Amino acid sequence: MSSLHMLTISEARALLYKKEISVRDIVEAIIQRIDSVEEKIRAFITLNRENALLASVEVQKKLDADKSNNKLLLSGIPIAIKDNMCTKDVLTTCASKILYNFIPPYESTVTARLKEQGYILIGKTNMDEFAMGSSTENSGFQTTLNPWDLERVPGGSSGGSAAAVAADECIAAIGSDTGGSIRQPAGFCGVVGLKPTYGRVSRFGLVAYASSLDQIGPLTKNVKDSAILLSIIAGHDPLDSTSAPVDVPDFTECIGKDIKGFKIGIPKEYFVEGIDKEVEDILLKAIKHLESLGAILVEISLPHTGYAVATYYILATSEASSNLARYDGVKYGLRAGGKDLMDMYFTTRAQGFGAEVKRRIMLGTYALSSGYYEAYYRKAQQVRTLIKKDFEDAFNKVDIIITPTSPVPAFKAGEKTQDPLQMYLTDIYTISMNLAGVPAISVPCGFTSNNLPVGLQIIGKHFDEETILKVAYAYEQSTDWHKRKPDL
Amino acid sequence: MKITKKEIEHIATLARLNLTEEEKELFGSQLSSILDYVEQLNKLDTKGIEPTSHVISLNNVMREDTAVSSLSVEDALKNCPSHTEKFYRVPKIIE
Repeated sequence: MSSLHMLTISEARALLYKKEISVRDIVEAIIQRIDSVEEKIRAFITLNRENALLASVEVQKKLDADKSNNKLLLSGIPIAIKDNMCTKDVLTTCASKILYNFIPPYESTVTARLKEQGYILIGKTNMDEFAMGSSTENSGFQTTLNPWDLERVPGGSSGGSAAAVAADECIAAIGSDTGGSIRQPAGFCGVVGLKPTYGRVSRFGLVAYASSLDQIGPLTKNVKDSAILLSIIAGHDPLDSTSAPVDVPDFTECIGKDIKGFKIGIPKEYFVEGIDKEVEDILLKAIKHLESLGAILVEISLPHTGYAVATYYILATSEASSNLARYDGVKYGLRAGGKDLMDMYFTTRAQGFGAEVKRRIMLGTYALSSGYYEAYYRKAQQVRTLIKKDFEDAFNKVDIIITPTSPVPAFKAGEKTQDPLQMYLTDIYTISMNLAGVPAISVPCGFTSNNLPVGLQIIGKHFDEETILKVAYAYEQSTDWHKRKPDL
Repeated sequence: MKITKKEIEHIATLARLNLTEEEKELFGSQLSSILDYVEQLNKLDTKGIEPTSHVISLNNVMREDTAVSSLSVEDALKNCPSHTEKFYRVPKIIE
């Protein structure tokens, strides 16, 4: 059983239910895999080895005792969690020195729901500090590398989760997406990444970056696993007043149906200057493929696309400057300085935050400061309305929209760290969906001549994850891209 | 748009951040170029456009006014760098 680490959730679950393998078998297989490749990838900030092995005994007992047909959906499945979600009694750093020692006294709703279904927490994954970045290079602790090319970044900010899934260091992972932070690394690492509709998944226990944009979602080896995890983590939560009181279907029921007659919108603004030629060719092939499955292609326009990055960097940084005001050295995390209270605030924050976090706090503070609020924050909220309306208009004509996940494949480590604006522009295809709150999924759709994965982004209406999963599944099942593995 | 050093120092004070001279220099030029990029939003006429406060129209969310359990004092103090039996301890605030 040397290849247990390569299993998907549904494959592993079937073997566990039939008792062909034990929970311990799969946990040990994942730990062995981590031991052999983690040195190269560095996907994890915290490994939960001993606890995972201990938990496997409990989970196995429960599984053995359960003779019903409704066994726990994640019994014994090792899953990695991005390090910005609170896991009770397990270090949660947000990849920031300011939270280097934070051990949450409570559990996030998402991990609580996974726990109810018997998951095994295998570790906490690396990320850009406070989820601010597109390459995981802004981590306060370590740089994660792309399993497909160890000189390149895994994308970000959920780069650790994406790399861990791609390198089979877990069966699946959870990430968070504020401007593309699940989808872009999923695309760069050749895995499936889903950002649900804003409000679909509770944010309780997610360390806040930009509260009106943040959303938690799964990173998985295939679309079916994405549907499995979404069905578990979605749903209203009284602890998050922005979580929507909307019914949650069993998303695994909607996949496997044909997509004949589906109207697919292709926004012309996404296939213009700036897109890598190879990425464009791969995307056009993928679109042709969907047409061959019976979908109808419709050219559409999302006219305010070009304003998304500017809008995002005002709104996200403004919200961040407010959210991150809580890191003051008083109640948890790093405390430095201390001649007096003010000195403690200034010194703690100067020592605890990295450069990108400081830059974003500065930009957000500026945008919200006296005399500038109308010109920046209010203006950006108005443009956000226009961007949202672009999608509403488009969805009057089509069922889903298809774009590349990123204009370029994974770039080299260090390539964009000197110029923040260039880094921000790598999110140009993923940011609008957070501004509009619509769900979107990235699935592998090909490889460049350098053997780097390329992602296809499928975007749906508010709360219509069913349709994007259906189309993603139909595409995936008629191609082989998701079966390719990096050579490690 | 050029952000002056004085402005950078003012923003850093509002944000409670000590910045080194190099950081002031660097953030000054980087923020200037980011704000130049953001300037494009002014090309759009947004007169009469309602700002988005929430992307899915949720109204005020209320709950019953009933007491529920919360973190114990012990748990709430667990991560605190310095505390007494029941309180957070901070450096002196006034002379």
